[in-house]
Amino acid sequence: MPQTLEKIETTPEERFLTAFHAADGTTLNGSNSRLHTLRKEAIERFEALGFPQRKAEAYKYTNIQQVLKRNYTLQLAPRETSVTADDIAPFLVPDLDAHVLVLVNGRFNEALSSIGELPDGAIVTGFADAARTHPDLVDAHFGQYADHENDAFIALNTAFTQDGAFVYVPKSTVLDKPVHIVSVVSAEDDLMLQPRYLFIAEENAQATIIQTGRAITDTHTFTNAVVESYAGRNAHLDHYEIQDEGPKSAIHLSTQGYQHEQSVVRTNAFTFSGEIVRNNLCMLPDGAHCESHLYGLVLGRGDMHVDNHTVVDHAAPDCYSSELYKHLVDDDATAVFNGRVLVRQDSQRINAYQSNDSLLLSEDADIYSKPELEIYADDVECSHGATTGTLDKEAIFYLQSRGLSYAEARALLLVAFARDVLDHVKVEPLEALLDTYVTARFGPQA
Amino acid sequence: MGARAMPQRPRASPLPFLMQRFQQTSHEYFYTPMALLEVNNLHASVEDTDILNGVDLTIDGGQVHAIMGPNGSGKSTLASVLAGREEYEVSEGTVHYQGEDLLELEPDERALEGIFLAFQYPVELPGVSMMNFLKQAINSKREHLGEEEIKAADFMKLMRERAELVNLDPKLMRRSVNEGFSGGEKKRNEIFQLAMLEPKLAILDETDSGLDIDALRVVADGVNKLRAEDRGFLIITHYQRLLDYIVPDVVHVMVDGKIVKTGGKDLAIELEEKGYDWIRGEAVPA
Repeated sequence: MPQTLEKIETTPEERFLTAFHAADGTTLNGSNSRLHTLRKEAIERFEALGFPQRKAEAYKYTNIQQVLKRNYTLQLAPRETSVTADDIAPFLVPDLDAHVLVLVNGRFNEALSSIGELPDGAIVTGFADAARTHPDLVDAHFGQYADHENDAFIALNTAFTQDGAFVYVPKSTVLDKPVHIVSVVSAEDDLMLQPRYLFIAEENAQATIIQTGRAITDTHTFTNAVVESYAGRNAHLDHYEIQDEGPKSAIHLSTQGYQHEQSVVRTNAFTFSGEIVRNNLCMLPDGAHCESHLYGLVLGRGDMHVDNHTVVDHAAPDCYSSELYKHLVDDDATAVFNGRVLVRQDSQRINAYQSNDSLLLSEDADIYSKPELEIYADDVECSHGATTGTLDKEAIFYLQSRGLSYAEARALLLVAFARDVLDHVKVEPLEALLDTYVTARFGPQA
Repeated sequence: MGARAMPQRPRASPLPFLMQRFQQTSHEYFYTPMALLEVNNLHASVEDTDILNGVDLTIDGGQVHAIMGPNGSGKSTLASVLAGREEYEVSEGTVHYQGEDLLELEPDERALEGIFLAFQYPVELPGVSMMNFLKQAINSKREHLGEEEIKAADFMKLMRERAELVNLDPKLMRRSVNEGFSGGEKKRNEIFQLAMLEPKLAILDETDSGLDIDALRVVADGVNKLRAEDRGFLIITHYQRLLDYIVPDVVHVMVDGKIVKTGGKDLAIELEEKGYDWIRGEAVPA
């Protein structure tokens, strides 16, 4: 039976705790004893921490409580799904040859997936399947990077972890084709999802992972997702997250990336829809000569609320990080950007750059932008820049004076504004798709 | 290419038919082409400050008019009002372009009808590639004229040809519009766009400002090559030196938002020698 989180006279925390204890040992188990212990720890931490309140500095501009209050259903047991390949087809990237892994309501659906041939030793599968078939790998990495001790959302996800996706690329192995994880939500009731993702690229390995999400039904959803990624020595890991689940979806995504020396990790976050979207992205370059690239593009409209909190924790010397987040905020939408760069005392010779540019397209659109540079080493080169403005009237006039209509001029400038971020998309068919999307969003016909 | 060689023209717009009108003189009607641009008693202000105080100006096709004047006399405002910059409020007077009320048209409609403004300060458009920008501009115009989109090969050919006209490095075509261009490159890019879009009335707003003599020659040379029977030029400049290279048919002097003196090309030279105070002195009692 699905557990419904009763709204009456209980806090959201209490409802989760009740659900956890009611289901403990049955639906939430697994043969894996370490996972079981970890879940117990995590739920205790969740109980102690509670969800962040409005007065918490990190959630000052994002009232996550308002979406947590709903009567979400937790689907703790696998269910039959009516989702078909035809439902999935529109969410595939045209012309992209990829290892496609499909999740329906956070659960790996093997029948709808087409993972195809993988290099020797590489694994692309559902998280639950990985925990069963490769317990050693999952044990070695699960819960090692995402901090369930101090973060209530990560604690909750860890306590409720059932399924999600797992990608493993062994030493010196290159995944030529990207892994595309397609998450589909199909529900009759308001639904709470807690998918878990674990991506491991061992020494000298290389992989590209694309995540997209769409709701095909019209209920409210809250997705509390956690991504843990591990890049071994000299590994290359590119991660694309395209958030376009729909206007009734709330997302809280915690991404924790761990980097060994000389590894190169790129993250690209695109947010196109959602009621409330909160992304906590933390990169930890923990060895010398790492590169971390963080890109983000937010297209806000309606009453969307999108909050990107990023942290680059330079725990090792001689590393490079660059960050570029852009926001186009229209209508009543709100965007928040908080970019923290921490350079620890012994992390000398760090080059860290951050920039965040926002265009407000209506009187009622809001942006809260806050760079946070915390530098304890003395031989570093760090910079940040944040700009907020409206569309340049002179640029519009310039284009109009060459015969472009106001709508065409506006579209051209908005797509150009997004271009910097799109240019960093290294998967060509994906770039083409995103380009088309952004152009259509702002095109004269839109 | 000869100095007066006409660039290949797109199919004529229906407008030339409107360019003809009957004018009654004494006892007979005769057919006379109407002026390309006719400005009558134009008054304009920005943020409640009057800048143009009754400008009269008539430009016929094939003519090059220069407007000179001291800083703040309203020269650039006139250019802006003609191109349709929205900050300017026209309070009085009329502007007819090919017989039509120009002030009714949006800036892009003016451009499609054949008005081109070379900006004093060309705008940088990061992320907008020169190629896409030009292609879109050209195709907007072609669509307006009921023509098909330009073929890729024709476009490339046209682009190379016209870039050569103003000695513009073809590599710049792969960059964003004006981004990181030098001052001279930006100005040459304006004339290059003029050459691509083949307007009927080209307004050059202080295109010479900030150019060294070599760049000035290149720009002037480009403009001279683009002079044509059915194309009028309005050249706005503070200095006479540009007019050494682009020889105007008519020179106007603007002071305090009015054209106070009109003459031939010699007026520019006289002005250079005697300075604007001479005009002021002459204009005030009049």
